[in-house]
Amino acid sequence: MACIEARGLRKAFGETVALDGVNLRLEEGRILGLIGPNGAGKTTALHAILGLVPYEGELKVLGRNPWTERDRLMRDVAFIADIAVLPRWFRVSQALDYVAGVHPRFDRVKAEAFLEKTAVRRTSKVRELSKGMQAQLHLALVMAIDAALLVLDEPTLGLDIAYRKNFYDSLLSDYLDRSRTILLTTHHVEEIQYVITDLTFINVGRIALSCTMEEFDSRYRELTVNPGNLHAARELRPIHERQVFGRDILLFDGVDPARLAAHGDVRTPGIADLFVAVMDRSAGEARGAAE
Amino acid sequence: MNPPSNVAPESPLEPRPSVPAASARTLPFYWSLRRELWENRFLYLAPLVVAAVVLIGFAVNVIHSAGRAGTPLALHLPNDPTPIEQPYAIAAVLLILTGLLAGGFYCLDALYGERRDRSILFWRSLPVSDLTTILSKASVALVVLPLVIFAIIVATHLAMLLLHTAVLLASGAGLAALRIHTPLAELWVALLYGLAALALWHAPICGWLLLVSAWARRAVFLWASLPLLAICIAEKVAFNTSRFAFFLGYRFWGGLARAFGTARPCCVPHPLATLTPGNLLSTPGLWIGLAVAAIFLAAAVRMRRYRGPI
Repeated sequence: MACIEARGLRKAFGETVALDGVNLRLEEGRILGLIGPNGAGKTTALHAILGLVPYEGELKVLGRNPWTERDRLMRDVAFIADIAVLPRWFRVSQALDYVAGVHPRFDRVKAEAFLEKTAVRRTSKVRELSKGMQAQLHLALVMAIDAALLVLDEPTLGLDIAYRKNFYDSLLSDYLDRSRTILLTTHHVEEIQYVITDLTFINVGRIALSCTMEEFDSRYRELTVNPGNLHAARELRPIHERQVFGRDILLFDGVDPARLAAHGDVRTPGIADLFVAVMDRSAGEARGAAE
Repeated sequence: MNPPSNVAPESPLEPRPSVPAASARTLPFYWSLRRELWENRFLYLAPLVVAAVVLIGFAVNVIHSAGRAGTPLALHLPNDPTPIEQPYAIAAVLLILTGLLAGGFYCLDALYGERRDRSILFWRSLPVSDLTTILSKASVALVVLPLVIFAIIVATHLAMLLLHTAVLLASGAGLAALRIHTPLAELWVALLYGLAALALWHAPICGWLLLVSAWARRAVFLWASLPLLAICIAEKVAFNTSRFAFFLGYRFWGGLARAFGTARPCCVPHPLATLTPGNLLSTPGLWIGLAVAAIFLAAAVRMRRYRGPI
């Protein structure tokens, strides 16, 4: 059974179409990175999956309809929808008491073990914690929930590099510890390249690209073209071109690396490089369609 | 994959207890009530402050009058108990009014505040249904708060009684003067009954405030009050009548008139005799009000489902 299965998912806010027929399938035990520019529909998609907004189309999360079966679903789904949403009056000990009191799958010992590793004190109120410490507290609460699906929307927004690195490390160690599905969005795409198993780009409410990281690694190559070889390299039909320090860098989809090597240095691109290429292409297509 | 660098190898998470997690006992309603009291400490702090002020005033008054003209407290005739008990009644009324105010502001903020500070995203990430949430908030206003007020009134009365006794003894008047002619225990039962009657009678007001709180994007107080005021004014201008205003007044205070007879439960020898529960329960307004409250609360549940952070 797929953990998340969406077909023709659509959501409009008045005239604005946030999701325009999204098809998405996420198998159990995978880590999906949902990447898109601002306003692409990422958060709306996550909110639909979490049963926070009504939608059109078909959507099943853990086999349930998230809108009509939300109360039941929330026992198996944990999420951080935004990092700064812990109520400011909450005391850390109260937060632990409360979540332990309402969540059947919350492991208090585990949450406290998380907090042991931080500077978050049990007697502090959320308003007294720094932004990073608030994030650590929220993370400790959510990670201690034995959820089948974990959804993280920009979990590292506004946090410093050291914290972000730490965050993904502990996410991974926790993930490796158990088999559960994770869906996350972020603007720091380079940081999740080695975290995720599946990659989906979303743009203007549509899926622009969807692949596993194995496919990503085998399909895409970036060629830094040797001077003079640009014309020949272009014959191989790159999907994107850019220039760095006067050198041309071409991105290829499904071209034999051995053929590319004849024209320059070949490497696997970063997610960010592919993201820019896909966004430029879809922008170009949009322009083409408009003309 | 990056090895987790700064996670302690002797992770205390292992061995992970393979809890059949769903069996863990949870009490979402109980914890929702507790969290309301954590967040809204003013619900008991405000009446406590009022009680303290009343006590201080009372102390000054008693000591002052005991020192003046001998022992005036002792001069009252046994069949004229009013002056002795009046402060007790005033304390109770002040505390009830405080409770009504606190409850009103609590309801107005209950579903608006969580959207304004975005914490609704946290609350809704936990397996607590909107129904449980709304019911817990309504219960705080209609059950917990009246009980808190009742407890504080009783404590205040006891403190006043102690003070009274101490001053009378010190002034040599003797305890005979303190034969209060309203049995306090009976007065308290009457109070509890009155608070319950008020809660039932005010349930639709609570429902209305919660609904507006769940709906409004800003200026909750204005949304809750101005439409009602507008109806009053429109009616006055159009028909030169005040039926709606009368209806609102009845909704605020009519319950007490129905719950008690013409007499007041304080300052009478038998407070319980003033109770007219049959009268209250046979008032259609009570039951219609409760039905309307249920409709408002159901609408608030539905509203919370659709409303996100502001």
